[in-house]
Amino acid sequence: MTMDTVDAGMGKTVMCLLTDPEGTNLGSAMYIPQNAGPLQLTHLVNNFLNNEEMLPYSFYVSDEELLVPVGTYLEKNKVSVEKVLTIVYQQQAVFRIRPVNRCSQTIAGHEEAVLCVSFSPDGKQLASGSGDTTVRLWDLYTETPLFTCKGHKNWVLTVAWSPDGKHLVSGSKSGEICCWNPKKGELEGSPLTGHKKWITGISWEPVHLSSPCRRFVTSSKDGDARIWDITLKKSIICLSGHTLAVTCVKWGGDGIIYTGSQDCTIKMWETTQGKLIRELKGHGHWINSLALSTEYVLRTGAFDHTGRQYPPNEEKQKALQRYNQAKGDAPERLVSGSDDFTMFLWEPSVSKQSKKRLTGHQQLVNHVYFSPDGKWIASASFDKSVRLWNGVTGQFVTAFRGHVGPVYQVSWSADSRMLLSGSKDSTLKIWEIRTKKLKQDLPGHSDEVYAVDWSPDGEKVVSGGKDRVLKLWQG
Amino acid sequence: MPQGDYIEQHYKRNGRRFDYYERLRKKEAREPHKHSTKAQKSLGIKGKMIAKKNYSEKALMKKTLKMHEESSSRRKADENVREGAVPAYLLDREETTRAKVLSNTIKQKRKEKAGKWEVPLPKVRPVAEDEMFRVIRSGKRKTKQWKRMVTKATFVGPAFTRKPPKYERFIRPSGLRFTKAHVTHPELKCTFCLEIIGVKKNPNGPMYTSLGVMTRGTIVEVNVSELGLVTPAGKVVWGKYAQVTNNPENDGCINAVLLV
Repeated sequence: MTMDTVDAGMGKTVMCLLTDPEGTNLGSAMYIPQNAGPLQLTHLVNNFLNNEEMLPYSFYVSDEELLVPVGTYLEKNKVSVEKVLTIVYQQQAVFRIRPVNRCSQTIAGHEEAVLCVSFSPDGKQLASGSGDTTVRLWDLYTETPLFTCKGHKNWVLTVAWSPDGKHLVSGSKSGEICCWNPKKGELEGSPLTGHKKWITGISWEPVHLSSPCRRFVTSSKDGDARIWDITLKKSIICLSGHTLAVTCVKWGGDGIIYTGSQDCTIKMWETTQGKLIRELKGHGHWINSLALSTEYVLRTGAFDHTGRQYPPNEEKQKALQRYNQAKGDAPERLVSGSDDFTMFLWEPSVSKQSKKRLTGHQQLVNHVYFSPDGKWIASASFDKSVRLWNGVTGQFVTAFRGHVGPVYQVSWSADSRMLLSGSKDSTLKIWEIRTKKLKQDLPGHSDEVYAVDWSPDGEKVVSGGKDRVLKLWQG
Repeated sequence: MPQGDYIEQHYKRNGRRFDYYERLRKKEAREPHKHSTKAQKSLGIKGKMIAKKNYSEKALMKKTLKMHEESSSRRKADENVREGAVPAYLLDREETTRAKVLSNTIKQKRKEKAGKWEVPLPKVRPVAEDEMFRVIRSGKRKTKQWKRMVTKATFVGPAFTRKPPKYERFIRPSGLRFTKAHVTHPELKCTFCLEIIGVKKNPNGPMYTSLGVMTRGTIVEVNVSELGLVTPAGKVVWGKYAQVTNNPENDGCINAVLLV
């Protein structure tokens, strides 16, 4: 290997130690020439790890990303050459998503504001719910409407795809849940009743815990969350305990359900009997949104960027493999965003004390979302900014400013390199994580943007809002 | 009425008549018929009173029946689909509509134009001129009555010099001149003795403002440099408005509340 030969007579060298994010060292401290940049370091790491293919890595020195050759970094920061420089390497996603920059189609069809949009886990189907009480399915190849699903009596507030892509479930303002067949666009059975007030969130059980997908949990304003079985078409367990509305619910990868509520607490439930395991207290006001570090993987199930379809018995294994890879050795992390302008980072399986309190926003935090690889946390707030935090330690990284109205929702690209945000000022903005700057501005909506989603295969972005049209954006 | 319980004692010891219960039942059954003949046959005011009583009883009965009916029948929650659909995260929030924001800005501009400010004492008792001034007789024969003396507390600036006595019409006695005011901060609830810089506005009229008369409700400007307030831009604030809350001519001191 030519990289680490000590050439005292030639360029200057510096002593470096490569470590991975968990702290284990890669080899011992070695001399690296000062004109070595991230590319050369990538080669080095690949060689050390004996990777068959060249995997991309990003390097961090004391939490700052290393974008320039080592020598320039030393000069800028006046680090002593005598000390051993610790460089942390992190693997990036193998595939790269093309940034989206144009609106390929504006599809009308809904008669009232579009309230929620969702891509199916394989990225081939698109569903949207609106204030005109219909759920519409759209064809992505021709970018035209496919089916109009009628059955709800009031506004459709949430839609959720099952992680295997076979079922679509939607919740409405009257407390009913409808199950749809996405291939035909028909209602399966009759609407499920049980909740007394509107549905605030739906979350499916991960594929690696039970395949085929049967159970999902819904949260409602009436203060309880219910677990339903889609084959039995009824509510199995009712998780009651919250005193005020439950604003969000997430089914974790370890089989625990997390519910966040307006009574300022987060409760953890076990799923076989519906018992309360733990209560996480700390917030001072309503909890608006929850996010899990493995959320993206749980949502996409066995599908990944290759787009391969798996037969049902292999799905569970593949999903489990993806889940373990995303989770790593550390326990699952949970972040909650609240009306008290702060967020908490929790490790719920370890302790009921929060790991860190993330402060900085000047208005309420509306939406929090972990990046697909779990390294970053993005938070959208009504103070017109999107903030980026380190997904492991919770440290603040940067604030993305550019919106002129409250930011409603954020969405990540599948390779975790880009972040999308939709706001009340009717624009969407794409932010690049590497440079920490605005990558692309996507204006075009004529009114507030209520929902955004990036397809798991990275090809398209969909956005819907008060102007009743759905916009598809492409690269 | 029986004085004593000998009647009760009798039927407790000997029992009642054999047909007592039958007769009682029939009498009670005749009661509604009797009531209705009475109601139909009564004339004049009596008839009207009976009719009114009957009507109020009927209304009450109807209400109770309806109430009972409500609880037994299950009604579907009749929710009409309203306009203005919002997503779940905006449902519990009252967002000010754009129209309201615009109308608020217009209202604020109008208020500023009119010069109406929000003060702790919006209305004060008007002070009449004869209460404010006392006529001073002057001249050799003390017949001229064109001079007036102010009877309320006044503020004259530090550079004040009297006009020549022949020409001064309004006399402000030095006993009623004040330079300092006890100013209370409304939120901190602590009082400071601060110097007065000037009288900004007396609600009784512009003449009193120009004379520097301080009555209850007058807005004065005080020197707040001791408090150490700083504007968001970084400049030090040294003058702030305060409103007088007492009657200084009665108390001998000026109490004011700071307008923040």
